[in-house]
Amino acid sequence: MSAIAGPASTRAETEGLAAAGTRAKVKPRRRRGTAQGIRTGISALVIVVWCLAPFYWMVVTAFRDVGFTFDTTPWITHFTWDNFATAFSTKLGNHLGQALLNSLFIGACVTIIGLLVGTFAAYALARLDFRFKGIVLGIILGASMFPGVALITPLFQLFTNIGWMGQYQALILPEISFVLPLTVYTLTSFFREMPWDLEEAARIDGCTQAQAFRKIILPLAAPAVFTTAILAFISSWNEYLISSQLSSDATQPVTVAIASFAGSQPHQEPYTAVMAAGTIVTVPLVILVLIFQRRIVAGLTAGGVKG
Amino acid sequence: MSAPEIVEPAARAPKPPVRASAKKVKRGERRVALYLIAPTIVLLAIVIGYPVVSAIIMSFQKDAGLDSATGMFVQGGFAGFSNYAHWLFQQCATTGGGTAACPPGNLGSQFWNATFVTFFFTVVTVVLETVLGMWMAFIMNRTFKGRGLVRAAILVPWAIPTAVTAKLWFFIFSVSGIANAMLNTQILWTSDEWASRFAIIIADTWKTTPFMALLILAGLQLIPEEVYEAAKVDGATTFQRFWRVTLPLVKPALMVAVLFRILDALRIYDLPAILTGGGGGTGNATTTLSILVVDQIRQGFNSASALSTITFLIIFIVAFIFVRFLGANVVRTQESQQKGKL
Repeated sequence: MSAIAGPASTRAETEGLAAAGTRAKVKPRRRRGTAQGIRTGISALVIVVWCLAPFYWMVVTAFRDVGFTFDTTPWITHFTWDNFATAFSTKLGNHLGQALLNSLFIGACVTIIGLLVGTFAAYALARLDFRFKGIVLGIILGASMFPGVALITPLFQLFTNIGWMGQYQALILPEISFVLPLTVYTLTSFFREMPWDLEEAARIDGCTQAQAFRKIILPLAAPAVFTTAILAFISSWNEYLISSQLSSDATQPVTVAIASFAGSQPHQEPYTAVMAAGTIVTVPLVILVLIFQRRIVAGLTAGGVKG
Repeated sequence: MSAPEIVEPAARAPKPPVRASAKKVKRGERRVALYLIAPTIVLLAIVIGYPVVSAIIMSFQKDAGLDSATGMFVQGGFAGFSNYAHWLFQQCATTGGGTAACPPGNLGSQFWNATFVTFFFTVVTVVLETVLGMWMAFIMNRTFKGRGLVRAAILVPWAIPTAVTAKLWFFIFSVSGIANAMLNTQILWTSDEWASRFAIIIADTWKTTPFMALLILAGLQLIPEEVYEAAKVDGATTFQRFWRVTLPLVKPALMVAVLFRILDALRIYDLPAILTGGGGGTGNATTTLSILVVDQIRQGFNSASALSTITFLIIFIVAFIFVRFLGANVVRTQESQQKGKL
């Protein structure tokens, strides 16, 4: 069992959700020799360092004085908050603050639309029996793997013609193309694991299918929906290709703002300020992911998606 | 592998007297299913179907602009396959309706290079990520103190937006950055032809191996301990247990993970676009197909549409080959995986 598993309530919910607690039955692996134990320990250490070192370096640099950008001391030296002030400053034409709000707004819209529409489809795919079910699932999975670049040219032309260029709706609509399949697929796999006997019991007690869905299933499904919402939001938050082409200065999300972050000198990259901006964008996400670690992993392996 | 465990209420009524009502329930269920699925399909048709169809239509239209052969401004019109020829054979349209070799500096001349770069990235990153991901999954599948820490750490690269990842590695790989300081070298990671390609491969491997490892781990956890015990009793060596037991059993999960990664790698855009400014080397060492499409958009929608359609077809064909001949059954594998655990 993992050491970092978030609040106890989270764990309990997750386990209730996860296939009626089969997780608890993970068998203890064979007892291993000391030599093997040491090898495993070293490997684990290598993995942790490899995964965390670049991230750590970003945070360290974010707190370092700009004059010591390339200092190689492995801990924070020349501590300063200036980089964060520079990151949020709009003097050089950067709009990080606005971009954060934009990303939040776009992410919220996309997530809500994806969940509103996707929940119904996922319920049908997980619970109901109908023809072409396999084909519908295939279409949705195929859609989630669809290359964004195949959408961008016609959308660019269309949005230019109808004056949507640089507007929020021009960023929200294309993102539905990958967030909706992700929502449907993840929710479908979660819904398959839920204790559906309760639904049947409710129907025997006289509920209609719609009532059973609203009164029994939705409350039960809340953790699954919540996990899916996190995954959907993260994938929207991380989107770059479409936003970089269709957004304006006023509507650009954080990914675009950071990628095009301008420094005071034309050919000098403002490394420390960019690392500060990167830290601001990443740390909340990392905390969120660590808190809901178990659920996110379950959702990830169910939907097979990538942020 | 216990997929149809949940039996539908209707299907559980085989007795003759209730057959008629069961049929009715079934029909009602189908109608409900249709209503529930329709919004998703309609929305996907708008956000994916419409752009794809209109890209295909656009790709057969001429771009209005200066004729490369005569220097005169020409209007658009039906183009036939000339936009495709532009990319595949580097042929530009002339006023006479014929085609001629494109002048140098034209984006069309970069097509095959971009195809090579895209496939090079795909093959190298997917192989690296599969091997490393497998190794990480094996480690995480063992019981040891701090396993929770490893599992948490592995999610960090995944959670960081690719755009931030690109900026982060841009800093690490800068001339006086930490990579050169640690290696004691002066490599121009973001501008040298091969160094910039490897910079992208390293950054991509860092960012996506965790995803791979998690998918493989999900497959590994399905293998019951008894299978290993049995193999051990039969005298199988560690290597044999891996090759003859683990690998065949984890293969379905592995195939799906590899398929997802291949499709994802073929559309790579964010990393090369930001880390090396879409260029690197002499200007196109890291130009992938996706970057080329974006470069082309502002030079002519119709030609860009042809290229994006070609890119889409390439990805589609690769996926088809993979599913058809290597038997990656995405839907079934994932269904059995969820039954198993997590």
